[in-house]
Amino acid sequence: MNKEVAIELRRITKTFGNVVANKDVDLTVYKGEILAILGENGSGKTTLMNMIAGIYYPDEGHIIVGGEEAVIKSPKDAFRYKIGMIHQHFKLVDVFTASENVILGVNDGSKYRLSDVNERVAAIAEKYGFIINPKKKIHEMSVSEKQTVEIIKVLYRGADILILDEPTAVLTPQETEKLFAVLRKMKEDGKSIIIITHKMHEVLSISDRVAVLRKGEHIATVNTAETSEAELTEMMVGKKISLNINRPEPKNPCERLVVSNISSVDSEGVQVLDDISFTAFSGEILGIAGIAGSGQRELLESIAGLYPITSGEIMYNNPASGEMENLRNKTPMQIRDLGVRLSFVPEDRLGMGLVGNMGITDNIMLRSYTKGKSMFLDRIPPKNLAKEIIKSLEVSTPDEETPVRRLSGGNVQKVLVGREIASAPSVLMAAYPVRGLDINSSYMIYNLLTQQKENGVAVIFVGEDLDVLTELCDRILVINGGKITGILDGRTAKKEEIGLLMTKHVSSAEAKEDESNAEK
Amino acid sequence: MQKNENSRHEPLFHIAKRSSVSMKKAIAVRAIAIVAALLVAGVFIFAITKRNPIEIYKQMFLGVFGSAHRITKALKSLAILLCISLAVTPAFKMKFWNCGAEGQALIGGLACAACMFYIGGSVPKWLLVIIMTVTSILAGAIWAVIPALFKAKWNTNETLFTLMMNYVATSLVAFFIKCWAKDGSGILRPMTEYGLPQLANTDYLLAVIVVTLLTVATYIYMKYSKHGYEITVVGESENTARYIGINVKKVIIRTMLLSGAICGLCGLLLVGGIDKTISTETIGGQGFTAIMVSWLGKFNPIFMILTSFLIVFLQVGTKQVSTSFRIDTSLADITTAIILFFIIGCEFFINYKIMFRKKEKEVK
Repeated sequence: MNKEVAIELRRITKTFGNVVANKDVDLTVYKGEILAILGENGSGKTTLMNMIAGIYYPDEGHIIVGGEEAVIKSPKDAFRYKIGMIHQHFKLVDVFTASENVILGVNDGSKYRLSDVNERVAAIAEKYGFIINPKKKIHEMSVSEKQTVEIIKVLYRGADILILDEPTAVLTPQETEKLFAVLRKMKEDGKSIIIITHKMHEVLSISDRVAVLRKGEHIATVNTAETSEAELTEMMVGKKISLNINRPEPKNPCERLVVSNISSVDSEGVQVLDDISFTAFSGEILGIAGIAGSGQRELLESIAGLYPITSGEIMYNNPASGEMENLRNKTPMQIRDLGVRLSFVPEDRLGMGLVGNMGITDNIMLRSYTKGKSMFLDRIPPKNLAKEIIKSLEVSTPDEETPVRRLSGGNVQKVLVGREIASAPSVLMAAYPVRGLDINSSYMIYNLLTQQKENGVAVIFVGEDLDVLTELCDRILVINGGKITGILDGRTAKKEEIGLLMTKHVSSAEAKEDESNAEK
Repeated sequence: MQKNENSRHEPLFHIAKRSSVSMKKAIAVRAIAIVAALLVAGVFIFAITKRNPIEIYKQMFLGVFGSAHRITKALKSLAILLCISLAVTPAFKMKFWNCGAEGQALIGGLACAACMFYIGGSVPKWLLVIIMTVTSILAGAIWAVIPALFKAKWNTNETLFTLMMNYVATSLVAFFIKCWAKDGSGILRPMTEYGLPQLANTDYLLAVIVVTLLTVATYIYMKYSKHGYEITVVGESENTARYIGINVKKVIIRTMLLSGAICGLCGLLLVGGIDKTISTETIGGQGFTAIMVSWLGKFNPIFMILTSFLIVFLQVGTKQVSTSFRIDTSLADITTAIILFFIIGCEFFINYKIMFRKKEKEVK
């Protein structure tokens, strides 16, 4: 095999404060190959790539491009070395067309003629099999179209080395396949592609070689054809772990939360929830699948009393009294006063569920501080609970007074989930509870949810990884543009089927609304 | 490969955030900052006046501690500044930028002066003290709660609103002085026969005692009460507060009532206790200095004793320097600015560290 080196990293080290993001990393990328960078969150994948792309500058080490040492201090330098990065969060101007975004910032001395740019964009698209309309405005585009624009932007600048940071995180299975087809074509064209991901099956299907990072260090680079999922996981985590989720049958389910025909509009008058009806049973996990921003957040928040609904009912069957309570447009305080035991693990942990600058004790106290008549706080019970949660959920923290923002994502989530479970809920809602967590913590959270289900809690789980949804949930509700497009049996549902429902039935006008919501 | 000579230069250093700093180190950095500030200010003073900077610092020190009278004066200023700083602290902790402490204290003082002017002499002295106290505190609270209500109801910008309320307060004081000062001088003569009781024949001891108690009370309120906890949560994250079921509007209004009430109390201590009269300059910008005291003290009432002392020391000391050396007061202001610049600037070195790129390691 003809192997010409495209870029080589030698002993790259980067630290942020006391945190070592990368330590003595060596890495070689050849021309005409797809290299996957695999690693858990916080293993230094993105930092390493940002150094190649000129966002950060390494503390130590060398980057060698095309046989010569390169000093890359800015993205502009990176382009001079024909390196381009497609970031996880798109950096596009909403009111510009695809072509206008592509040309933005390019100064090659030639006269600016939009028609020429349109032609060149179309030519690039055709060459690699993209489907794109150069004159379409960004805000009218779907997430995958926006991603296409980002890729073309990089190609237009003549990049030979493309770095994609978790490109599939926002795509449906179908869109992912399309993207992979394009990447394979680029590879045939001699381009080097580096793809950051933590989805194992994607690594196996797309890459030629896999580089595994763990805690900032380069563990090994292996040929994809000669490895297996189990081996890669072991390299990634550092020990053997079982990736099985236990799914017991629901025990005597009864109706716990009956949501009927709820609708809601956001502050700009856009319909975010459209006639949603479903029932959550005790002792089961109800999964909610959908493209990001399809109304999942609004749905959970309206149940929790944080988002106003315009019509419909949210009935809660109180297991203590057997009475039905209507939660519609009640504040969280009123809901609690009704004796409704509703726990909510919101998507934005430090922005909504916890207070970053407060310690674990004070964060645990959020749920219980109003107890008692005294005007002063009683910190002893929450402190004991904090110690208990730290012990039982293996939260790694210096002590129970350390500000939670200093903890890693997994530990922050353990504190939040631990607190929400501690109040013995009868309904537990969790939005993306494993986002940003390492594999070990993720499986711990899945187990906690399953435990709650076995205790007779009605669990509502909003997830993004379809593999997990189909393994964990008893039923899966698919939401699309604020509408329910299907409720499937979790034991028989196929990923492709869910993927189709996630994008189906949306007329073009609604699709636009949907994406502009996703933007926010 | 295209090469550019320019791009061969590696960045010399980079800045990294420190995750935590030991108490010792933080104190050391601050100490170095103060020494450096005195040195730089000394060089500056010498360059301008050709006088020995040590002499100047000595005068500064004497200005504050030189005599019993001077110490008394400094204590008085300290009590008043600390009082206003305590007032703005709960609001700032809640991230409600109350820039209206000046006006709130002034309006409290005006209410006090009005009581003294209109009903002084017609009611028993003890009753007058009670009426003065209640009206001053109430006036300050009302002045503060107006922007809070607008913020809670229509989400108006509290910074602008509280600032503008200052002008209204100043104009009201100017108007009433015109009405009250019959001789047309525009100056209200001190109403020495009325006002707060004097302890040990001084006008300041009462203020010092009240403010000391208030400091402890504020510390306990902020740290150990449910209200203080709610203030912290609302300040850190309004979304978390809503999520947990805290009534954010109620907390904003309640906290501003408290903030304004303490400002009103400050106005009472100044007008009813120390000055016995009022002018538009009674508060003299301390409502704004208080913001700096509160920030520098990291909203901790105990630390704020130190920061307010520092500010008072600089203010009083530099004033002494300009009188004894007959130097224009702007030199004193500049010296104060240099010292403050260093003290605030050193926070950067406590939170960040500068790292130089290590020497090249030999490759191959």
